[in-house]
Amino acid sequence: MSDDHVYLSLAEAGPGPEGEARWAYGTGFADPLLGVDAAAPEGIDPADLAAYCLMLGDDALVLSQRLIQWITRAPELEEEVALANLGLDLLGQARRLLTRAGQLDGSGRGEDELAYWRPESEYRNVRLVELENGDFAQCVVRLLLFATAREELYRRLADHADPVLSAVAALGVKELAYHREYAAAWTVRLGDGTEESHRRMRAALDALWPWLEELFTPHEVELRLGVDPSSLREPVLAALAGVLAEATLPVPDLPGRAYVNGRAGRHGVHTEAMGPLLAELQVVARAHPGATW
Amino acid sequence: MVSTLLERAREVAAAVPDPELPMLTLADLGVLADVEEADGTVTAWLTPTYSGCPAVAEMAADVARRLRAAGFAEVQVRLRIDPPWSSDRISAEGRRKLAEAGIAPPHPGGLLQLAPTRRAVACPQCGSADTEELSRFGSTACKSLWRCRSCREPFDRIKEI
Repeated sequence: MSDDHVYLSLAEAGPGPEGEARWAYGTGFADPLLGVDAAAPEGIDPADLAAYCLMLGDDALVLSQRLIQWITRAPELEEEVALANLGLDLLGQARRLLTRAGQLDGSGRGEDELAYWRPESEYRNVRLVELENGDFAQCVVRLLLFATAREELYRRLADHADPVLSAVAALGVKELAYHREYAAAWTVRLGDGTEESHRRMRAALDALWPWLEELFTPHEVELRLGVDPSSLREPVLAALAGVLAEATLPVPDLPGRAYVNGRAGRHGVHTEAMGPLLAELQVVARAHPGATW
Repeated sequence: MVSTLLERAREVAAAVPDPELPMLTLADLGVLADVEEADGTVTAWLTPTYSGCPAVAEMAADVARRLRAAGFAEVQVRLRIDPPWSSDRISAEGRRKLAEAGIAPPHPGGLLQLAPTRRAVACPQCGSADTEELSRFGSTACKSLWRCRSCREPFDRIKEI
């Protein structure tokens, strides 16, 4: 008890003050909404709010998973650290949103259960975030598209009636501003760089641009209690056009990717890339059911 | 008597060091949002810095352990995520301690500094304003990596948020 050193104090016998035993620094996970009122605000359907939190939380969780796959593969150590930091921000947002969804959907599921035990068809992320990593240009372009749109969405959600959603958005809008700036700086550096980097950026833009439209296509839940994503289209496209002009890259003139019988990521319909991503994300939890760490 | 207990609990909680910036207390960092006492139970409210801050469990454990060690039997730690943390919550004392430890403190004004006009960042080692950002992202979520062109020393800097 007299020991102030965080590493040594972990060796103390018995579970921690919140009932968890931890085996090393950084392995403890506090409930991300510890002590936050679990009720839905008056006038809001808890099932709708849960579904909405799941959509935004899954976007963040899946992109976070893609970003950490860059670790040991990034072109420079600094970029690896940067991508890990972006992924950590998104993971933190996802943990709060998934925990909130579990509080509200009546299932009693926590963040881990939602992340590790849902099948692909219950994931509600847009397809843009699940696509395979590709090269660094694709990493940069995906970040630019996602961060620009998500920053704009969070800005509008910061005064949402749900205190958790508004709090995630109020902090998230500042985190996403850093993500967008990072992606924009690389977009300009590579787009206005060498012939090869310019060519790769054009290819990445052409590959990913058609998936952007899904971020502007409303799901009925979003229309009932969130921000209508179609209202994001104009400001987001304007911001992207500004960055691309600076990067000497043309704005692609490509239609949005088709839906499957009117369904896409928000309905649980995903691309071929999603299965392997979830298999990797979920394998340890499923190999050792009930394990805690 | 009750107010004395509360004051004592506040003092104890405010003195807990941050696990990743141990030269600062949680109060200096603005992470300790409030301390309450009711019917003998002390509740400490923490506001984590970034969404993904991995040290929340350590902070909560440290605060609870210090309070128990100081004689408070009933202790709980809770999170307050609204309003969100901002680099503006770092106290003047906290900024001084950061600079002393070789970490450049953030400018006041939060994220406004992300605008095109940035103010110069002084090197915490030699004071020179001739510094450059090496990477916007550093060893923890709240820091960026810088280098001084005068004394050639690299240094960490707390980002505005």
